[in-house]
Amino acid sequence: MIRSVSVFGLIAVALGLVVVPSLPAIAEDEGERFPPIKHEATLKECAACHMAFQPQMLPQRSWAAIMGDLANHFGEDATLAPDVQKDITDYLVANAADARGKSRWMRRIAATETPLRITETPAWIRAHAEEVNPARFTDPKVKSKANCMACHRGADKGYYEDD
Amino acid sequence: MKRLIPALMVLAGLAAPALAGPAQDAQIAAYLTAAKAADPGFAGFSAARGKAFFMADHTGGKPDTPSCTSCHTKNVTVAGQTRAGKAIDPMALSKTPDRFSDPAKVEKWFGRNCNSVLGRDCTPAEKGDVLSWLVSQ
Repeated sequence: MIRSVSVFGLIAVALGLVVVPSLPAIAEDEGERFPPIKHEATLKECAACHMAFQPQMLPQRSWAAIMGDLANHFGEDATLAPDVQKDITDYLVANAADARGKSRWMRRIAATETPLRITETPAWIRAHAEEVNPARFTDPKVKSKANCMACHRGADKGYYEDD
Repeated sequence: MKRLIPALMVLAGLAAPALAGPAQDAQIAAYLTAAKAADPGFAGFSAARGKAFFMADHTGGKPDTPSCTSCHTKNVTVAGQTRAGKAIDPMALSKTPDRFSDPAKVEKWFGRNCNSVLGRDCTPAEKGDVLSWLVSQ
């Protein structure tokens, strides 16, 4: 029985390896796709204030830094119970942009840099620079660059097609 | 006689739809115990004081959040908005009936938000005042 479970697990991992890299392989101009977050604590806690951002958009060191200073979380106290904090940190780090080798999102992030905002990454800046009028980010309905879903309706599911 | 009690509760509910349920009452009672422990002369909560505290601009906290109203707005019967643009359900119990029913959630958010707005924990008296007002709204 144990053996059959582990075989199943291996098949699932193999499928994951086949499926996951194909997701971000969409041409740059057609937007981005990331695996939807299924980690319960991440969805519950992060999405209480903002869409839970897919961990594939920041390197491991960034997630560790963000989750290590939740008392000063972009101008607010977002403190979590220690066990919940660790659970979420582990998930984010295990699925970060550089968790499975270099991803396209990691390009041009210097090894010495630890971006704390997805909107500071070269990939994000490049995707928005020419296309989006900066005034749209301060529109009251949008409010913040962190409000992905104001324009990308499927962002919480990992779809960032151009709208 | 026992049958009368549920009937009276229904009537009371009709008369005051925003009446706090047992969970909210227990939460406020716990803050009252704590407030009296801190100050034996504490005379009880005031919804008016709670409203004034909620509406006020405070100092000592983080610059982007000087007031509860920074995110919750001055009208607690409508949705607020986080700084990241996400909607926050109305704080008024009449509009969001499961508000203040989970003690851990209440403490978690007072803990975070008092630190963001005031740079310190709120006292049990302050929490009880604010809750007394919000459950009446």
